[in-house]
Amino acid sequence: MATDIPALDRRDVVRGLLEDRGNLLVVAGLGASAWDITAAGDCATNFPLWGGMGGAAMIGLGLALAQPDRRVLVITGDGEMLMGLGALCTIAVQSPPNLAVVVLDNEHYSETGGQETATRHGVDLVAIARGAGIGDCRAVHGAQEIGPLRNAIHATTAPLFAVVKIATGNHPLVLPPREGAFLTARFREAVLGPAAHHQL
Amino acid sequence: MDRDALEMRPDAAADWPDRIYDTLKAQAVTQVALVPDAGHARLIRRCLADPAMRVVTLTTEEEGVAMLVGGWLGGAKGVLLMQSSGVGNCINMLSLPVLHRAPLPMIVTMRGDYGEFNPAQVPMGSATQAVLEAMGTLVRRADTPGDVVPVVDATLRLAFNTYRPTAALLGQRLIGAKTFGKD
Repeated sequence: MATDIPALDRRDVVRGLLEDRGNLLVVAGLGASAWDITAAGDCATNFPLWGGMGGAAMIGLGLALAQPDRRVLVITGDGEMLMGLGALCTIAVQSPPNLAVVVLDNEHYSETGGQETATRHGVDLVAIARGAGIGDCRAVHGAQEIGPLRNAIHATTAPLFAVVKIATGNHPLVLPPREGAFLTARFREAVLGPAAHHQL
Repeated sequence: MDRDALEMRPDAAADWPDRIYDTLKAQAVTQVALVPDAGHARLIRRCLADPAMRVVTLTTEEEGVAMLVGGWLGGAKGVLLMQSSGVGNCINMLSLPVLHRAPLPMIVTMRGDYGEFNPAQVPMGSATQAVLEAMGTLVRRADTPGDVVPVVDATLRLAFNTYRPTAALLGQRLIGAKTFGKD
């Protein structure tokens, strides 16, 4: 981690990325990322995860392929991403132009007591994504880079992968609804309309 | 059976893979997530040739569980194709379709099931159905060609009509056992 730049606050980063989000569809990995998108404003087009660690990016892929005219943003943590690195290969091969994956990297498992992740020891997720073949890969360290990243999420024509280095430490919990069936139904209704509940 | 083939596959004359494809089409499946298995090779070729199907080759089967939950969020119906060994890779991720009441039909070709040659296939093959059921998946088996269409059709309908993970296990008796030329 670059030591000469003050580490970004995760809530500020997520608020910035979700500014004027329009019809952006957002999936958040379990734990702090889910609390972050909820703190920025819970809504029907948020899909915060409570489990399925390692699956956030793949949920984003399935959604992006199913809704090619909508923008899809996955926000997750370094620990969650590390558990499903193969997804970067799968996403690169499918190359959906409407999918962005942003990893909030504090180099720790913040939900479980702050144990170090592999990124703390030099594992470079941006290099891994680039090696997988994802078109637009970025390492973000400064607050001035969040606005351009937010804009790229809405305009990219290739899968986008960004690692945003953030400060360690936990924020107050801002919990999304916990009932998975509700989260699914409200999301599908927001995307597909009331017909979602009658799909055969 | 082709005795020189590295992996077992159904006889060329067996047309049940084509009937599975027809069933997927009848259910308007558009996302096909898979880790290849020789028993699924013919079905995979049919899906790849269909421009209305998005075939996604996964690095591990659990990716497909998450992907199809995402697809359902966007209104797409999907299916996960894999070998029985892949079921073990899906266990925790199967909590997603259970928690989120999302359809997740799986079509699983069995190994370690009937006349297996490879000892490494037996532990997971023996555990496949129990593991799926332990995670809340409704499981039906097909062991003869005549079973395949009704079992696959029922598996797809159970998933899409009742919003849950379901699995059709295609038995090794149906597919044929790999013998490494030792038969």
